[in-house]
Amino acid sequence: MYLSKRGWSFIKIIIFFLCLSPFLLLINSTIQDQLGANPIQALHFNLGDWALRFLCIGLALKPLKRLTKQSWPLRFRRMMGLFTFFYASSHFLVYIVLDLSLSWEEFVDEVPKSPYILVGLFTYLLLIALAITSTKAMQKRLGKRWVQLHKLVYVAGISAVIHYLWLVKSDIGEPLIYASIMFVLLGFRLQNYIKNRKAVAALVKRRSTT
Amino acid sequence: MLIKERTSILSSEITSEAIFLNRRKLIKAAAGISVAALLPASARAQVKKYAQVPVGPYSGALQPTDYEDVANYTNYYEFSTDKKSSTVLAKNLQTSPWSIAVEGEAEKIGVFNLEDILKNNPLEERIYRFRCVEAWAMVVPWIGFPLGTMLKQFKPTSKAKFVEFTTLYDPKVMIGQKTNVLAWPYVEGLRIDEAMNPLAFLATGMYDETLPNQNGAPLRLVVPWKYGFKSIKAIVKIRFTETMPATAWSKMGPSEYGFYANVNPEVAHPRWSQSRERILGASIFTPKRKTEMFNGYGDQVASLYKGMNLAKQY
Repeated sequence: MYLSKRGWSFIKIIIFFLCLSPFLLLINSTIQDQLGANPIQALHFNLGDWALRFLCIGLALKPLKRLTKQSWPLRFRRMMGLFTFFYASSHFLVYIVLDLSLSWEEFVDEVPKSPYILVGLFTYLLLIALAITSTKAMQKRLGKRWVQLHKLVYVAGISAVIHYLWLVKSDIGEPLIYASIMFVLLGFRLQNYIKNRKAVAALVKRRSTT
Repeated sequence: MLIKERTSILSSEITSEAIFLNRRKLIKAAAGISVAALLPASARAQVKKYAQVPVGPYSGALQPTDYEDVANYTNYYEFSTDKKSSTVLAKNLQTSPWSIAVEGEAEKIGVFNLEDILKNNPLEERIYRFRCVEAWAMVVPWIGFPLGTMLKQFKPTSKAKFVEFTTLYDPKVMIGQKTNVLAWPYVEGLRIDEAMNPLAFLATGMYDETLPNQNGAPLRLVVPWKYGFKSIKAIVKIRFTETMPATAWSKMGPSEYGFYANVNPEVAHPRWSQSRERILGASIFTPKRKTEMFNGYGDQVASLYKGMNLAKQY
């Protein structure tokens, strides 16, 4: 797909506001008191959902590039990654500021007793590392190690789904949908990895026999 | 009836007891007598059905949660696992006529019309705290009658050590029963001495009106010192048994949900803490409230569990 630099900037601005709109709508519902009997939980869960959705979208771009045989999907990887971080940060802040009312006492009382929160915090730490190193300058500075570091997004994908699965009481329907999507997205990488290894092995074998 | 003060309740939650009870009495009197007597029939229809039901014991000076919050935030998996969807889906439930089968270790067993049961059990109002295992809480003014008084009318025998309750099973209407999120029909139970405790209550109304379907119409259990899932909805069967009933949630996750399910801030659910609770309807800047042992009803029920290790028998 050919577009001028200005054309891409324009599209990026539109996509940016589209990605921001769930957040703006949630803020509006909060102000209008439309979040029901338990508004903190509604905010918290909605923001968590969006973080997971953007993580899935970000991880879907490379398979999309393969499928469409176009390179444009990769242009949005950084933006989707940063939106994942943005929604995960809001999700985290709602928990710390509103749910725990910034109480350290409550934090140490609640978190060690809740394996799903521990997994959530672990996921968020990974996302922080990825967000900090997401700039072009960092990419240059870290070179080869940047690629290795950013493979951590696969770990974040798995732990985010576990975080959701461990939270629900009995209706695992929705977390299972995300688990299946994640399975397909990460399965694509695994398949590629195995294919590449086989190709390398075959190449090595051919060289050693000739 | 003396209503005990509980010091651990936040002062902001409390309307002064005297003012509160007086106000309720005045409202009830105004609604029940003067309005009904003085206004034409069309206006009379708007008087709430149970406006004249007297406030019963153990009601405490608690400020009830907003009706809209209580009616639109229900865990009713027979319809949906979404707390708001059950409000709409439960509208399809036919709650009249309704009969309840009484079975097991009692002299008077058989099938009884709910209407007849209601005739034999005068209604009263109980304003109780309600604490969900999901760590949220509310205050509900229920309309109903003590469970124990009703159970005695069936003359349970000495073999009746437990009471088992069963919810209606009708997957055509209760579409959540087509899924396997729980083993249907929903079953709950109490030890007989728990059931006979004067706090245990059966509700057929709330906020002076008929119980909305999503809140368990036409008849539900209310055991305020236990987590909400014990308070079974839409009861169609009551069975007196010698052995402990296998209850819906304990079948689903025995390590997570016990038979007793007493509210206990010391014993965490295996996956989350129970030491605090979110008050429904509060502003988003209101901090959580500290959960009380037996949900604040220790004076009435702690003696039932003397000598038991409540961390093991959760």
